[in-house]
Amino acid sequence: MANLALRKLVQTYDKVTVLHGIDLEIGDGEFVVLVGPSGCGKSTTLRLIAGLEEATSGDIEIGGRVVNHLEPKERDIAMVFQNYAIYPHMTVRRNIGFGLRSSTLSRPEKDARIEEVAKILDMQDLLARKPSQLSGGQRQRVAIGRAMVRDPAVFLFDEPLSNLDAQLRTQMRLEIKKLHQRVGTTIVFVTHDQVEAMTMADRIVIMKDGVIQQVGTPAEVYHAPANTFVATFIGAPSMNMLPAVGTDEGIRLASGQEVALERGPGAGRGVTLGVRPDDLHEGKGVPILGGTVAVREPLGPETLIYVDVDGSEVIAKADGRVPPEVGARVELCARPEDLHVFDATTGEAI
Amino acid sequence: MSDTAIRASSETLLATKAPKRPANMGQILRWLILFLGGIAMIMPIVYMLSTSLKWPHEVYDVNLVPKEPTLDNYRFVLEDGRFYGWFINSLVIATITTICNLFFDSLVGYTLCKFRFPGRYIVFIAILSTLMIPTEMLVIPWYLMSQQFGWLDTYWGIMFPGLMTAFGTFLMKQFFETVPNDFIEAARIDGLNELEIWWTVAMPLVRPALAALAIFVFLGNWTAFIWPLIVTNSVEMYTLPVGLSSFGDEADVAWELIMTGAAISTIPTLVVFLIFQRFIIRGVVMAGLKG
Repeated sequence: MANLALRKLVQTYDKVTVLHGIDLEIGDGEFVVLVGPSGCGKSTTLRLIAGLEEATSGDIEIGGRVVNHLEPKERDIAMVFQNYAIYPHMTVRRNIGFGLRSSTLSRPEKDARIEEVAKILDMQDLLARKPSQLSGGQRQRVAIGRAMVRDPAVFLFDEPLSNLDAQLRTQMRLEIKKLHQRVGTTIVFVTHDQVEAMTMADRIVIMKDGVIQQVGTPAEVYHAPANTFVATFIGAPSMNMLPAVGTDEGIRLASGQEVALERGPGAGRGVTLGVRPDDLHEGKGVPILGGTVAVREPLGPETLIYVDVDGSEVIAKADGRVPPEVGARVELCARPEDLHVFDATTGEAI
Repeated sequence: MSDTAIRASSETLLATKAPKRPANMGQILRWLILFLGGIAMIMPIVYMLSTSLKWPHEVYDVNLVPKEPTLDNYRFVLEDGRFYGWFINSLVIATITTICNLFFDSLVGYTLCKFRFPGRYIVFIAILSTLMIPTEMLVIPWYLMSQQFGWLDTYWGIMFPGLMTAFGTFLMKQFFETVPNDFIEAARIDGLNELEIWWTVAMPLVRPALAALAIFVFLGNWTAFIWPLIVTNSVEMYTLPVGLSSFGDEADVAWELIMTGAAISTIPTLVVFLIFQRFIIRGVVMAGLKG
């Protein structure tokens, strides 16, 4: 186990800079998820940590040791790839044991280690099989086993669940989380799926265009987003964003509705009011806006309603049993603590 | 269910089966072309076998079935000590050349495919461009080279032009393109050096290409004629095709013996094909990535 630090990490390809000075400290045994849309630089960051690419500038420290110029095998890391990358011509046993080739362990010790990993991953019966005889989930477990067997200081996962179907993804998510609790190794996990990030991470790193937007616990990034990007990226459905102007006592929405805030942004300042569909209900709290129900999406315990407000669409949650009818007029309210105000120009939270 | 009942029900099933659609003209034409193509390919082989069973006086008759079939030609060829020498020469040359091609072509193909270095594209184009030069044009420089290095009438002299080929390099490079980089990178993280990655991870994944290349190279060298004819002087160094062409005398060519030798010489090529073709088929069903 080891801590990991990225200091002013920059990566440039042919004059195109894809990472703009990444600074990140990851504690020993921490489970950190890098999340962001395609092209945000999360996989590049992981590849730099792994040593598969050389950083243009900046330092990477693993366990207090700068590893920039070390080969991947010398960095004491193991990586699980999106496409599993288990060798098709080798059995599960050979695949798992492959990472021990350069180890100084004796043959019986290596065998014992393979058996131990197979037991943890519940794969003892599969050791003699070839990858073509395994299901997608089993192949992914082999890939994890191959990483585990080396007992690395840091595990790197590059979107390992994105090729699995929804049910298997949920199951593997849980298994990886349990595995982390059991072995306690530092994990850096890359995904574009914010649900994966929220459910697995100790801390989430949200990236966009090669820049870290926010680092925080799942609760922090959900309840206190640093900017409009984080606010809309985290949470499904996305946070509603309503243009507004600051007033003496709060803000005034485009619809003319005044919303009183404890700390106003300042009179005349252009702002955006963010409110999550989860926090926007009929009846209770501060009135925010009114409109006509355009579409309903029943989810069982609750119903999502798409409300047409002066031509723009706002999503809110309604009762699952007795939702408002399509075409009905609704008045939506939210609690003051659930309102997020962002600067209209910079997008930063106020 | 009794036998009668089973028969009755199967007859009912057959009776209710949809009638086969009659073949249309297009299909008939395709079959006809394929049939003619098949005949065109098999005829020389049939003629070779037929001639090998004929007496010399019957060789120029066009009949496919010999009037008086004989195995005397086989006895003559197999009892002729020179034949075994030529056979061994061909076998050694074709085998060594095939092994060298598999090694060098795949190594160069892998390097050009998986490594990024300045001039990579130029090197690849330069290798490919050699495909456009016909063998006949290269024979003179090869010969001069062999003469200067003292390789005339040696195994090395026969083999050296074909130890690595542009076609093989191109074929292997294209196949290595299909090996996902994730495998290579996973092996790098697992601690393998680049040569180990090529040998342990990449090579087993391109077995179908290696098998195809092995077949092409072996057959090409087994049947090679012009260069071995030019570079060899002594009868002992002849390869099988060169040796077979020497049957007969100035007045007459012993076609029945040539055909007999050719018929015998097809055996190793069939063996090579049977050994390697299963790798081509097995390679298709391999899987290690989410696909």
